Amino acid sequence: MYHKNLSAQELYVRRQKHTKIVIRVVQLAILFSFLILWEVSASFGWIDSFIFSSPSKLYICFRSLLASGDLTGHIGITLLETLVSFALVILTTLVITVLLWLNKPLSKIIEPYLVVLNSLPKSALAPLLIVWLGANYKTIILTGMSVAIFGSILNLYTGFMETSPDKIKLIRALHGNTAHVLFKVVLPANIPNLFSIMKVNIGLCLVGVIIGEFIGSKQGLGYMIIYGSQVFKLDWIILSILILCVIAMLLYFLLGRLEHRFTCE
Amino acid sequence: MQNILEFHEVDYAYHSMDGEVPALENINFTVGEEEFLVIVGPSGCGKSTLLDLIFGLLQPEHGSVIGDPDAVGYMLQKDHLFGWRTIEKNILLGLEIQHRLTPDTRAYATELLKKYGLYEFRKKRPSELSGGMRQRAALIRTLVTRPQLLLLDEPFSALDYQTRLNVADDIGSIIRSEKKSAILVTHDLSEAISMGDRILILSARPGTVIRTIDLNFDPALSSIERRETDAFKQYFSELWKEMNQLVP
Repeated sequence: MYHKNLSAQELYVRRQKHTKIVIRVVQLAILFSFLILWEVSASFGWIDSFIFSSPSKLYICFRSLLASGDLTGHIGITLLETLVSFALVILTTLVITVLLWLNKPLSKIIEPYLVVLNSLPKSALAPLLIVWLGANYKTIILTGMSVAIFGSILNLYTGFMETSPDKIKLIRALHGNTAHVLFKVVLPANIPNLFSIMKVNIGLCLVGVIIGEFIGSKQGLGYMIIYGSQVFKLDWIILSILILCVIAMLLYFLLGRLEHRFTCE
Repeated sequence: MQNILEFHEVDYAYHSMDGEVPALENINFTVGEEEFLVIVGPSGCGKSTLLDLIFGLLQPEHGSVIGDPDAVGYMLQKDHLFGWRTIEKNILLGLEIQHRLTPDTRAYATELLKKYGLYEFRKKRPSELSGGMRQRAALIRTLVTRPQLLLLDEPFSALDYQTRLNVADDIGSIIRSEKKSAILVTHDLSEAISMGDRILILSARPGTVIRTIDLNFDPALSSIERRETDAFKQYFSELWKEMNQLVP
C-alpha cells in the first residue's frame, strides 16, 4: 500500500476529490485547445478568418463595441427582456395551474388546446405578434413567454396531479380544507418540480426573445446577429452567439444556486 | 360508560359507471370512553370505508353515525411525514391547519415530544429517523390536536416484523396512558388480540359485523406481555376459526 498512514475513508475522499479535479481540468482543456486551434488555424490561413473569425479578432471587436457603449445596451436589453418574460411565465404558470387544479372539468376542457399550442413551433407566431402588437418590447417579451408557457403549465399540472393522494388525505384527516391541501402539500411537494421547469424555461425564454429580436427590434443580441448578417460583419454574429452562451450559462447557474438555497433550507 | 361513537344500521355502497358495489351492510356497534376497539376482516371487507364514515369523509347512505368528527384523529397506513418539514414542524401541522397554535398547545407538543423520546430529534428531517420513530412522530402529530377517538388504519403495516411488535406495544401504551379511545383496523389477528379491548369481525364484501369478541386481560399487561398468556392462545384459535369460515 502507498498510503499506509491514511484510513480507508480518507483514501475514498481523496479519490473522489481527485476525480472531480480531473473532470474540471479536462473540461477546461477542451475549451482552451479549441480556442488555440481556432486562433492558430485562422492565423496560418487554414480557415478564412473573415468567415470564421478568430478569438483575437473577437476580442478586439468586443473591446471596441464595449468602448462605444453599444454592447452593454444590447446585452442589457436582451437580458432584461428574458428576465421579464421568465418572471411572467413562472407567475402565469403558477396562477393558471392552480386554477386548473381547483377546477378539474376546466382542465379536461382546455387540455387538448394546451397540447396543440405547446407543440406549435412558436417562431411561426412571432411575425404575427409583431404585426398585431407592433415592433416593441412588449411583443418581444410576449414571444419569449409564448415559447415557454404552455409546456410549463402542462408539466406543473402533471406534477400537481401526481401529488400523493394519501398526503392529501392526511390534511383532510387533520381537518384541513382545500387551501390547506394546496399550501401545505401540493405546492411544497412541487418545489423541486417547479425548479426543474424553471431551469428549462429560462433557456426557452432566451430562445423566444432572440426570435422576437430577429424579426422586430432595433436593439438586443438578436438584432446584432441579424444586422451583422446583413452587413456581413461575421465577427458581430459570432460574438453575439458567444455572449448568448455566457448568458445562458449564467442564468442556469444562478437558478441552480437559488434551488440549492431553497432545498437545503 | 358514555359512548363516544355509535353506528346504527349503516349501509354504504360505491358507485361507478359499471354499477353499484355495496361495501358495508347493516353495521351496528358502539365505542365507549377509553375503549380500544379492533376491527378485523378479510381484504376488501370495507374496513377503510368504515373509518372514512366515522371521520365524516363519507356519508352513510342509510342509517346513522353518531359522533363528533372534530374529536376524531386519523392515523393513516404510512406516517406521511413531510420531507420538507422538520419533525417538530410536522407535529405542529394539525394545530397549524386548525389555527390552534398557541403557547399552550406548543407546550403540549413539546411535552409529548419529550415524553415519547423524540425531543432531541425535533429539528431533524423525517428521513433521518427510524421507521418506529417516524410512526411515533405520526401518532404525536395526531395526539397534539387532542382527539377523543383515534382511528388507526393498519398503522404498522409498513414496518418490518420486529419493529412492528415494538411499535404496536409502544403506540398501544401511549394511547392508554393518554386515556384515548381508539379503533384499530388490522389484518393481523395476534396484533388485534394483543392491543384491543374488543374485536369486531367483519364478513367479506359487503362487510357486516358477524361477531364481537370481548377480550379480558389484566389491564396492567403490555401488548407484548399479553402475547405470552394462555388466554391469548385461546382467543387466537377462536378468532382463527372464525376467520377461516369467512374464506371459502
